[in-house]
Amino acid sequence: MLELNNIVKTFNAGTVDENKLFSDFTFHVNSDDFISVVGSNGSGKTTMLNLVCGTMSPDLGSVIFDGKDISDISEYKRAKFIGRVLQDPKMGTCGNLTILENMALSDNKNKPFGLTPIINKKRIDHYKSLLEQCGMGLENRMGVKVGSLSGGQRQALALIIATMTNIRLLVLDEHTAALDPKSSETLMQITDKIVKEKHLTTLMVTHNLRFAVEYGNRLVMMHSGNAVMDISGEEKANTQIDDILGKFNEISIEVGN
Amino acid sequence: MSVLLNVCIVTLEEGLMYAILALGLYITYSILDFPDLSVDGTFPLGAILTGILIMNGVNPWLCLILTFAAGMLAGTVTGLLHVKLKIRPLLCGILIYTACLSVNLVILYKGTGGKAIATFFNKGTIFNTAFSALIPENIGGYYLRTTIVSLVLVIICKILLDLYLKTKSGLLLRATGNNEKFVTMLGQDNGLSKILGLAIGNGFAALSGSVIAQSKGSADQQMGVGMVVLGLASVIIGLSVFKRVRFMKATTMVILGSIVYKGCLSVALALGLPTEYLKLLMAVIFTLALVFSNSFGKGKREAGKC
Repeated sequence: MLELNNIVKTFNAGTVDENKLFSDFTFHVNSDDFISVVGSNGSGKTTMLNLVCGTMSPDLGSVIFDGKDISDISEYKRAKFIGRVLQDPKMGTCGNLTILENMALSDNKNKPFGLTPIINKKRIDHYKSLLEQCGMGLENRMGVKVGSLSGGQRQALALIIATMTNIRLLVLDEHTAALDPKSSETLMQITDKIVKEKHLTTLMVTHNLRFAVEYGNRLVMMHSGNAVMDISGEEKANTQIDDILGKFNEISIEVGN
Repeated sequence: MSVLLNVCIVTLEEGLMYAILALGLYITYSILDFPDLSVDGTFPLGAILTGILIMNGVNPWLCLILTFAAGMLAGTVTGLLHVKLKIRPLLCGILIYTACLSVNLVILYKGTGGKAIATFFNKGTIFNTAFSALIPENIGGYYLRTTIVSLVLVIICKILLDLYLKTKSGLLLRATGNNEKFVTMLGQDNGLSKILGLAIGNGFAALSGSVIAQSKGSADQQMGVGMVVLGLASVIIGLSVFKRVRFMKATTMVILGSIVYKGCLSVALALGLPTEYLKLLMAVIFTLALVFSNSFGKGKREAGKC
């Protein structure tokens, strides 16, 4: 469904800081995959997501979505079929707007933003039912400015907002990383529930190895712009955190850390 | 007593006319988070264009619409410079302001046959034609007609703006100023939204210029000097002084801010401040407003950010 083919990406080309992250990176995502991507800092996880979402474009190579080359399509146009939740809870919502306004904006995604009223009273019950599944009581606080919510609540709202329209791909960029252990646990459960209910193809980058092992059907470990580990199905189900940690250490020794 | 009341009326009248400019700056500065200096050029653009149009017999009410459109056009160029050519907001404003200085003079010279001021004292304006003519000139010994017309105009502008901000396009504009990334993730081009906001903001600036030119019966380039400071001060004073008032819309706060600001200046002049110190006083009051809003409204981006 999604293919990254022969990607080449160099940062700061032509300077002393030149860093060739991807030299010939190929990665395929199948329909209904829920992939956890792990890897150390600088291994290319976030860059991979940025290439998928169009925040960056590759120097060479192509990004194919449903058989269509989307390498040259701008980020906002790709957002029409990609839902994304970022690490920073502030990024996925508008702090100055209320929960209702945030949801109404997102509800209008892929439709024209013209001169008709944004709030449709008939949709409010639908918004509330979406919020109820978080179990955070947000459904009773529709008129509250999002800026006054906690990080966990805000990120849960960002997840609901990202998935409330018909998206083809869900991209989660360390979306639990900024939260406390309890909140990140809750958010991960909500994520899993939504992904399963909506049969979303999901690409999740995480530093939490337990999440990577427990959730999803496929696990990928990135290192220096390559997928050094890519397991799925039965093999993934039998993998323990220690196995991944072992692989991590192996790599670290190779690098000399 | 009647002298004092007359001063109050003039202050109110001017405060209301400049409130339209303040609404424009509220959109660019406060909603869009874009410090737009181009209003120093688009405000006199509205004034001069109105002067020339009225001299040539164009209906003064139609002039309001035409100047709004002209302001929108200039604002669109500011937006295009920023969005398409990736020029920083402050520089975009300076570029358009500078360009407008020439554009305004060209319009002025062509329209007046080379004079530096367009005068139309004897022509009909929005203050003495159509429904305005129905308002008695003298109410209880005070000349209130200009105030009433200005008030009606400001209220219309405010209501239209409030309504717009509740539409899909309007809320997207607020989202753009708050979190560009969010707008991108909504599948929308945030550049377009910015251009639209700048267009509307400058439309209001030009409209304000048109109204003030019509009240004076003349228009020249000098009218634009200090308009950014005046408008921003009104926005910041309004939002910081009235922010604790419940259920008051930000647009109302901005309008009141403009009146308060004009009031401060009037009081100073009434107390005997020589007029050459006026712009200095404007800057001082603005500074005080910034300090005031910083120390009392920490973390409120709507108030004291500059």
